[in-house]
Amino acid sequence: MNHPIRSRVLPLVLLLTGAAVILLPFVWMLSLAFKPRDEIFTTTIEFLPSQIEWSNFTFALTETDIPLFLWNGLVMVTGILFFQILFAVPCAYALAQRRFAGRGLLFGLVVAALLVPFHVTAIPIFLGFAQIGILNTMWALILPFIQTAFGIFLFRQFFAQLPADLFDAARVDGMSETAIVWRIAFPLALPAATAFAIFSVTAHWNDLFWPLIATTDPNLATPPRGILYFRDQESGDNVGPLMAAAVIVTAPLVIAFLLAQRKFIQGIAAGGLKG
Amino acid sequence: MSAILELRDVTRRFGDKTVLDKVSITIAQGSFTALLGASGCGKSTSLRIMAGLDRPTSGEVLLGGSDVSGLSAYERNVAMVFQSYALYPHLTVAQNIALPLTMRHLSALGRVPFLGSLVPGAAEARRTILSKVGEAAESLGLAELLDRKPGQLSGGQKQRVALGRALVRDPALFLLDEPLSNLDARLRIRMRSEISALHRRTGKAFVYVTHDQTEAMAMADQIVVMIGGDVAQAGAPRELYERPANRDVAAFIGHNAINFLEPGDGIDVDGAIVGLRPEDLAPAATGALTGRLESAEYLGSEIVLSLRSAKGTEIRAIAPADFDVPAPGSEVRLGYAPHKLHLFDAATGVRRRTTP
Repeated sequence: MNHPIRSRVLPLVLLLTGAAVILLPFVWMLSLAFKPRDEIFTTTIEFLPSQIEWSNFTFALTETDIPLFLWNGLVMVTGILFFQILFAVPCAYALAQRRFAGRGLLFGLVVAALLVPFHVTAIPIFLGFAQIGILNTMWALILPFIQTAFGIFLFRQFFAQLPADLFDAARVDGMSETAIVWRIAFPLALPAATAFAIFSVTAHWNDLFWPLIATTDPNLATPPRGILYFRDQESGDNVGPLMAAAVIVTAPLVIAFLLAQRKFIQGIAAGGLKG
Repeated sequence: MSAILELRDVTRRFGDKTVLDKVSITIAQGSFTALLGASGCGKSTSLRIMAGLDRPTSGEVLLGGSDVSGLSAYERNVAMVFQSYALYPHLTVAQNIALPLTMRHLSALGRVPFLGSLVPGAAEARRTILSKVGEAAESLGLAELLDRKPGQLSGGQKQRVALGRALVRDPALFLLDEPLSNLDARLRIRMRSEISALHRRTGKAFVYVTHDQTEAMAMADQIVVMIGGDVAQAGAPRELYERPANRDVAAFIGHNAINFLEPGDGIDVDGAIVGLRPEDLAPAATGALTGRLESAEYLGSEIVLSLRSAKGTEIRAIAPADFDVPAPGSEVRLGYAPHKLHLFDAATGVRRRTTP
């Protein structure tokens, strides 16, 4: 009776400590976002504000460019995801279900490309974009990411599990290869697509590196880039609205992840699909 | 009867491996042809070439008398039923059956949900499709299941949906690739008669790939036995059973595996290998063949005897159910009718023209 409880205590304590360490900055952010200005800088540590202060949020949403940054982030992330899916799904289908010379080599290259970090190609891409003059446009934020070795790899692994008969049946039924990709393969790959979408959206929503390099126009700033402007403007003395802005920027991801959690885990596990 | 489909000298190689070697097969209009053979004999490849899912390395494919080598599966208007059923898991039964029709009758724009109903003619086409799907589902007993997804169906029901999808488009030819091999034995026999009934009702030619000779014998009016990428023999089931063209075909056809007796086993005809089916061999007091009894299986309607000749060759014979089985090891005399002997050349295995 005593034993099972004791054996659980240690892992539980460790997990709680770990969770506390990871969550602390978020809790602090939330706490600051809801605190009145005079409670932010105090000598004691108070997690709970004496009263809920919404003015930080109203300030962030009305007096600053946060809504614009959110909009920019949304456009960029949707654009990237749209093109990634548009190109990765047919590529993955071809690699998994079509036979052609050099298929193995091509897939090997995709896998190799997984190993190349974006930072390696960032400078050549920057120079190229400068040449064709699309720096400081939304396209400069979207185009570098539309080819995704990771996406091709993820979808290919998924399509490779599907029985070849299924695609032959579709051919006999009169579907073109393009129709097969979008009407048969893609709907079946929705769990994988959800997982991929979360990876992609999180990575690009949070990305500061590339927006910092490719854009200088404040009107094109994505949320992380925007918060940077915001901090500069306010020189750090307006922490409340800054934290409120941070909450607003973080919230969409957290909510999206919670909603798609089950599909996400399904997609990662990419379990067998029975027809 | 005229031929609906013809393979002429079709060869198919995958790399160095020749899967089909100058295969010629003729499918008559309205016939039921079984492509029979062990796995890897090229029967499925032949079917895929007929369907247009695979192309021959050389040779011709004629459909209704004209060369269709360049046409896709869809353009040939053949229907195919797959061993794994190949139903679209994300579509309902109704959508699965309707898919070939939506591809045919609705333009790309008309297939878009909601928006599609604005396209001129789309509503009309949708009504036609719906009634055809209803008809096909009704005839296969699927009317109750139209809103289900394939994952919620039993094996037999999935097979019916696959048949429905083939049926609904009114094809020139039905191609079936081992459609029953994933079903249990009882269901297989029932589906067998359903497929036969479907064949009679449609009056279209069926090509049926199987490795099960019972299925082929029971359903087909022409059996094409394929061995090692070659057509070993093509003909009516009775012809294959009564006059197998060579040893391999004789071994393949027939419920009970045929006995092959070498010279010295008791029946000597000019040094030929003698094929004699167990059902043509029974204990007889004055029988010409003798063997030592090894075991006996009582099956109710008959008793299957396993014997061994003096030379050591295994001989199987079938005794009537009331046969008094002697103790193992005792000598049993077996009788047969001379015209039941099949003579095969000892070297080539080819059937000899003359039977004694």
